[in-house]
Amino acid sequence: MVSLKSFLLASCATALMSSAAWAADPIKIGVIAEAQAVAGSSIAPAAQLAAEEINAKGGIDGRKIEIVVYDNHSSSAESVRAFQRAVSEDKVNAVIASYISEVVLALEPWAGRLKTVMITPGAASDVITQNIAKNYDQLKYTFHGYLTSTSLAGLVCDAAKDLLVEPYKMKTAVIMSEDAAWTTPLDAGYEKCLPEIGLKVVDHIRMSPDTTDFTPIFNKIEGLKPDVMITGISHVGTQPTVQWKSQQVPIPMFGISSQATNSTFWKDTNGAVEGVMYNAVSGPGVAVTPKTLPFVEAYQKKFGNFPSYAGYTSYDDVYMIADAIHRAGGTDPDKMVEAMEATDYVGTIGRIAFKPKGDPNPHALRTGKGYITGLMLQWQSGKQVNVWPKELAAGTATWPSFIKLKAASN
Amino acid sequence: MLFWQILIDGFAISALYALGATGFTLIFGVSGVLNLSHGAIMVGAAVAAWAAASEFGVGPYTGALIGVLAGFILAFATYFIAVRPIQRSKVIAESEKEIFILTATLLWGIIIQEAIAYLFTNNAKTVLPIVEGVTTVLGVRTPRNEYFTAVICWVAIGLLWFLVNRTRRGKAVMAASMNPRGVTLLGIELSSIYLTVWAIYGLLAGVAGILLGMFLGVSSYSVGPLTASAFSIVVLGGLGSVSGSLIAAYVVGYLETGTAYLISPAYRTIPALLLLVVVMYLRPQGLFGRR
Repeated sequence: MVSLKSFLLASCATALMSSAAWAADPIKIGVIAEAQAVAGSSIAPAAQLAAEEINAKGGIDGRKIEIVVYDNHSSSAESVRAFQRAVSEDKVNAVIASYISEVVLALEPWAGRLKTVMITPGAASDVITQNIAKNYDQLKYTFHGYLTSTSLAGLVCDAAKDLLVEPYKMKTAVIMSEDAAWTTPLDAGYEKCLPEIGLKVVDHIRMSPDTTDFTPIFNKIEGLKPDVMITGISHVGTQPTVQWKSQQVPIPMFGISSQATNSTFWKDTNGAVEGVMYNAVSGPGVAVTPKTLPFVEAYQKKFGNFPSYAGYTSYDDVYMIADAIHRAGGTDPDKMVEAMEATDYVGTIGRIAFKPKGDPNPHALRTGKGYITGLMLQWQSGKQVNVWPKELAAGTATWPSFIKLKAASN
Repeated sequence: MLFWQILIDGFAISALYALGATGFTLIFGVSGVLNLSHGAIMVGAAVAAWAAASEFGVGPYTGALIGVLAGFILAFATYFIAVRPIQRSKVIAESEKEIFILTATLLWGIIIQEAIAYLFTNNAKTVLPIVEGVTTVLGVRTPRNEYFTAVICWVAIGLLWFLVNRTRRGKAVMAASMNPRGVTLLGIELSSIYLTVWAIYGLLAGVAGILLGMFLGVSSYSVGPLTASAFSIVVLGGLGSVSGSLIAAYVVGYLETGTAYLISPAYRTIPALLLLVVVMYLRPQGLFGRR
């Protein structure tokens, strides 16, 4: 009894002391994400992890960071309701939102109306930042914390040049992408940059994200005899990958395949993903910056699995928001926007800085040398192996036996 | 070449549709229940088979068996949780029971769907195929698993036919679908007939779900479309008519495959749905319906 009593007393005392340690109100960051989708499910835990780390070191200017999580069920309408509730009832100071472009586009005007800084850790559509360019004063509260589709297309082309065109003398490509907001600028980017690296685009197939049977699509692509399929898929992933393998489509898959970035994808596809090459900003075991691997380790230790691509960015976003609040001297939204615009932060995916007002894509991430360069990984025997760029590569490209590299055999 | 491609692919997918719709129509024929949790049971079976093989490392055969068992359990759960309490309720008026069961099974399906999404995410899963590799027949390279799917579907449908036409229990089920009161007068418990039908249904839906998981893959998003496709096949064939459902499955399967190859995969489901609308106008009881 005595010991229980003293334990209770002691815990009360600790509770009092710890609440006394946080003198000012907490800084609240709302996280609106897709708890059921693999890409979205890392967003909230990664933000939580960053907040705990910051709090363990005394918070920001004596203020604790508190993460408030909302599950949006992958729906734009639910996201808007969550955003309104986050701002007006839960009084959050900033919002980290979603990996789906349609969701972020729906939230963008609300960030403006409710004057709340919002950053997306995973959406890609260029339209998000194009909107800011058109109506800066109203929409300046939105920041794009992930690469735009056009940047992604450019990075895929850079990698394709080194990995496909030079070693295998590939000449032709078919673009295969899902019909969604993020792929419109992606496809335009592919159409522009693939010919520049010497890959002629022989066809461009946009499929419905509801497609379940990819046989007719692969059949058509095979008939065109391209050297490579350049992909733009995120909402679909498992099914085209598995059917590619089970039908033994002899053409490599290369490009964006968001689901392939997840560590669980091998199991989801029963290993059919072997040989698929995909772009990413991070990968297991790749030390993009000194912060990357410690983050992955801490995440894995705490949650028992690996973060999705949006987990890395969400983790960085909390640090960036905290840093901006510190530099802005508080949570005044306009001052926070100014501070966010001045961000120069080395995160887990590279050096992060935003494009300025006046750029066609204001508040988009800077890419290229010195900033974010991206990676190209390949699934090899159950592991995601980085094969590009050379200085970060952990292995070389290999292909499943059913892939026939026509040009290479010449 | 394209002709053979459509013929082979269409055959496999139609066989799968037929198997999925048979159980659905059987339940309706015997007990008047439109089970709108059908898609959820199929997906549940497939995801269980996937999880057993991928997460716990059992082989493809054991995985498939666990999947069938899951389909069986889910079907019984549907009956005991969503259907039977309403059938036996004294509070709900007899005339309203049908709509209550419809709503209950729909909601039950959504519960299963959400549970799958939360436990296993909404990413698509594929069941480890039992047969691997491809075969080239008539110049068409087809996964062996596709032939396997078609064979298993027809074996299952054949067994069902045998059960219904050649065994005492099966004949009682058939009789119950024609005249429930007559069966009761012959001294057969209607409730035990229901149990038999739900057991058969659970096996059929489980097998169909697993084969679909091997052939194309399933996710929690597939639940709605799967229920809708079984529903439209059954309505097209005539509610409660098993042979009508089989023929309708082939009509829908080939219409979809033909559209996907000859027009565009994006319009895959449209012609079949248009046909459904036309049939509803001209022959509301369906192609082979008796009522």
